[in-house]
Amino acid sequence: MQPAKALKEIQVGIADYKVAVSPNKIITLGLGSCVGIALYDPMTKVGGLLHIMLPDSTQFKNVTKPAKFADLGIPQMIRELERKGALKNRLQAKLAGGAQMFSGMDDKFVLNIGQRNTENTRKILKTMGIKTLAEEVGGNRGRTMILNLENGIVTIRTIGSPLKEI
Amino acid sequence: MGDANDNKLSAKHLDVLKEIGNIGLGNAATSLAQMLDKRIDMQVPETKFVSMEEAMNVIGGLEETVACVTLRIEGDIPGQILFVFKHESALNLSDMLMGMEKGTTKQLDEMGESVVKEIANVLTGSFLNAIGTMTQLNMVPTVPMFALDMLGAVLSTSLIAGGYIEENILMIETALFEEHDHIKGHFFLITEEESLSKLFEALGLTMN
Repeated sequence: MQPAKALKEIQVGIADYKVAVSPNKIITLGLGSCVGIALYDPMTKVGGLLHIMLPDSTQFKNVTKPAKFADLGIPQMIRELERKGALKNRLQAKLAGGAQMFSGMDDKFVLNIGQRNTENTRKILKTMGIKTLAEEVGGNRGRTMILNLENGIVTIRTIGSPLKEI
Repeated sequence: MGDANDNKLSAKHLDVLKEIGNIGLGNAATSLAQMLDKRIDMQVPETKFVSMEEAMNVIGGLEETVACVTLRIEGDIPGQILFVFKHESALNLSDMLMGMEKGTTKQLDEMGESVVKEIANVLTGSFLNAIGTMTQLNMVPTVPMFALDMLGAVLSTSLIAGGYIEENILMIETALFEEHDHIKGHFFLITEEESLSKLFEALGLTMN
């Protein structure tokens, strides 16, 4: 199933991000309603992967982890990408996640959080002038996302489907 | 990470919660044993403050396939209950409850999903009943929500959708085992410190 791993994959936890350079790979496991945001500069081959949980930090009083939120996490990761040599206007985005995992009849259970995460992520990237090259969002499947910094290709792993490259 | 220093709850409070969990889950395990006509063993419940990531690490790998049923609790102790079964356990559970030979169910279809949801309903009912009888508090479970997918995706989504996004969630966790180990399930009760004042009051304890 998996290709032989010559290099270590750098793992990103929930509400976190990692920035690295080619030939590394960055991976985040099990995105559900969360959105994974891969940003990549093809010239310097510097890239980052962010795993956000919520669309908007302004609805919360105590913000301890900016990477939890799309509106704070994206600018923070971009600043770090720039420090590592990436140029903001060269960055290309790829998104995955934002699924609706649960089915049932509980009205107060927030089912559309995945969709809201995706929509706000798109909006923020657009406002910052970053082009989104590919998306693998919505639906009802969990996703693992791997960013290859050699070429910017993102591999999506789901249960019961073959690997998909975007 | 889960920093326990800010919590108002003492070791004594956590012990009480553990005991409450033990009684509630003991009752739930008995219901399950009756439903399946099998012996069900239960681990001593763990009660602790954890981050979302720590809660997920309790069960297994983030990409492991699990069936999850979640219900919210409304009333005096608002919270959320999660049942997590590894994929094979969910299949075995479905076989056992429908009186089929082990290995019959290969995929959890709509029927299998209903079976797992119903089990979660019954277990939640017995759990809340035991605590309600002891404390005279009112707790009502909502209808169950179901997902079958990667552990990380399922657990994070259920906690976010239920509103548990803080670094510090109170988790009462245990595992239930069927006698031949064909079924292993994890139970979580997730709540916030503030929701517990009524519980401690009912038991004659103060929060501070």
